[in-house]
Amino acid sequence: MAIMLTSDSKAIVQGMGKEGQFHAERMLQYNTKLVGGVRPGKGGGEVLGLPTFNTVQEAVDATGANASVVFVPAPFAADAALEAIDAKLDLTVLITEGIPPLDMVKVKHLLKRSKTRIIGPNCPGIITPGVGKLGILPVEIYQPGRVGIISRSGTLTYEVAAQVTNVGLGQSTCMGIGGDPVIGTTHRDAVELFNNDPDTDVVVLIGEIGGTDEEIAAEYIKSQMKKPVVAFIAGSTAPKGKRMGHAGAIIAGGKGTAAEKKEALRAAGVTVCDSPADVGKTVKEVLGQ
Amino acid sequence: MKIHEYQAKELFRKYSIPVPEGAVAATPEEAEGIAQGIDGRLIVKAQIHAGGRGKGGGIKLADDAAQAGRVAGEIIGMNLVTHQTGPEGKLVKKVLVEKASDIDREIYMGLVLDRETSQIALISSSEGGVEIEKVAAESPEKIYKIWVDPTVGLMPYQARQICFKLGLEDQAFKDGTKCIMNLYKLFIGEDATLAEINPLIVTKDGQVMALDAKVNLDDDAMFRHKEHPELRDLDEEDPLEVKAHEHNLNYIKLDGQVGCMVNGAGLAMATMDLIKLCGGEPANFLDVGGTASAEAVENAFSILMSDKDVKCVLINIFGGIVRCDRVATGVCEGIKNLGEINVPVVVRLEGTNAAEGMQILKDSGLDFHIVTGFHEAANKAVELSGGGA
Repeated sequence: MAIMLTSDSKAIVQGMGKEGQFHAERMLQYNTKLVGGVRPGKGGGEVLGLPTFNTVQEAVDATGANASVVFVPAPFAADAALEAIDAKLDLTVLITEGIPPLDMVKVKHLLKRSKTRIIGPNCPGIITPGVGKLGILPVEIYQPGRVGIISRSGTLTYEVAAQVTNVGLGQSTCMGIGGDPVIGTTHRDAVELFNNDPDTDVVVLIGEIGGTDEEIAAEYIKSQMKKPVVAFIAGSTAPKGKRMGHAGAIIAGGKGTAAEKKEALRAAGVTVCDSPADVGKTVKEVLGQ
Repeated sequence: MKIHEYQAKELFRKYSIPVPEGAVAATPEEAEGIAQGIDGRLIVKAQIHAGGRGKGGGIKLADDAAQAGRVAGEIIGMNLVTHQTGPEGKLVKKVLVEKASDIDREIYMGLVLDRETSQIALISSSEGGVEIEKVAAESPEKIYKIWVDPTVGLMPYQARQICFKLGLEDQAFKDGTKCIMNLYKLFIGEDATLAEINPLIVTKDGQVMALDAKVNLDDDAMFRHKEHPELRDLDEEDPLEVKAHEHNLNYIKLDGQVGCMVNGAGLAMATMDLIKLCGGEPANFLDVGGTASAEAVENAFSILMSDKDVKCVLINIFGGIVRCDRVATGVCEGIKNLGEINVPVVVRLEGTNAAEGMQILKDSGLDFHIVTGFHEAANKAVELSGGGA
């Protein structure tokens, strides 16, 4: 069944500009069930053979969509996310980079009171190999399998997914949850979903410096996890007080170091790789293969 | 984005948070002129983006305007070293000249985005004037925290709760409450990521006043604040980082010998970590962006080559939607446009069309060390940089 993005997901694209269309085309090529697009003020026609609508609600009413992927520019992206929550979608993937954290504070607040799950922002999206993808991930490196992958970054997610594929395994679902300080789905949320997914045997958690998301996931893993977890934390060599590209990747006030996160995960029974090149083979070892 | 104390205090004035009378000066003469307009004793404060200025000799008292001018002359042009500047220190270009205050009490007041709850947190402490991290570690019972519901904002009753806990009374209680509410208005109104008053003082005659001011502004919210870019002080930043920023590259200088060029922030950090594991030291963090275009590669190379410590460059690109063959073409063009590269270049391409990309590199006539494995690439770069085992 995989998690979040399943064969039941029917998605619309919010923001059918150049980037939105470019990636919508690739999602369609991967046989993702896309059922429409939202173009405020320009709805009505077709783009890439998909009907377009002025509002998310209109799209939901007409197509029965239950998911969306958002390419709306940063100044308007929080509004688009709130519109998705209001339309009671099950899943919204926010690809947009550079949404002000204070905008995301409002989104997150209303998200907690809703049935919607948000992945991102500032993320590559989610792929369930063989089923579909919502986002910008390259499909060539994935194959259907039983390894669940969660990561805060983009290309590092691809690196790890490719390693998993190269050792002869595949992925149940792989998602990038984004490198911002305020995100919809956290490591803990995703780990829990994989824990309860009968199609996932092992979980790979790729974290990075900043915040306490990995530590919170470690607490959950320690008390609830029924499956092995393999982890890597990026940023052991990052200096304090410097933002390492991602808005959330910063060691502030001495908190959020890679060492602290690795320690918390190891204490929870997670197999932590010190080298980012060893994740694939470690997953294989953990599975006893 | 960090801003100076004097700029933060200008924002405080805009939001009616009381600050001492004063102004910023770039020369001793200017400082003396400002001091002449102020009654009583004066304080002259170095304006750099780092804390601990007092201990480093960057904050001095003066009895009169003439002395304020002399003291300003000592501070302007000094290389101020504090626990936050690193051993190399920072050159002081401006001072803030202010009326000195008679302090009765020192309080800490700060607003931050609390990542764990995804809410704004108001943090206060009866122990002001010292490092808040130290208070939090040593006497956590002296720290009071409240969280703000983003749909209604900070409520006056919450500000009153804090002022009661701090033991403020009478007029100071009323003014303290107002001050907290205004600090919150500033935080929201200016899209701050941090707004801190340390110390917020009560003077001997009962006035509440922000003696220091620290505000960090959100880079991502600049589209709402056309005036914020003007507050940026490029002198406070590493020149190579400034240059990278102009080219939309994310670059942070470090002290090692292996220059890195990677697409994506997570993979860039992971590459640095692997260099270290292989026994070398990364010279930098550099994210050329997901697409790694010829222009980005060229700009990135020119930045890496400006760092004289770089003995070898490691290019680690994971081709996704942007295929490796296109990235390889970009890398070759970028290097050709730049002319000669005097250090060995190790390239690893992985992902979509990696084999085609490698072939383009081989056929380019350029002198690359082409490596396929992630670990092998880092190892090779460390070896060529003269470090490692």
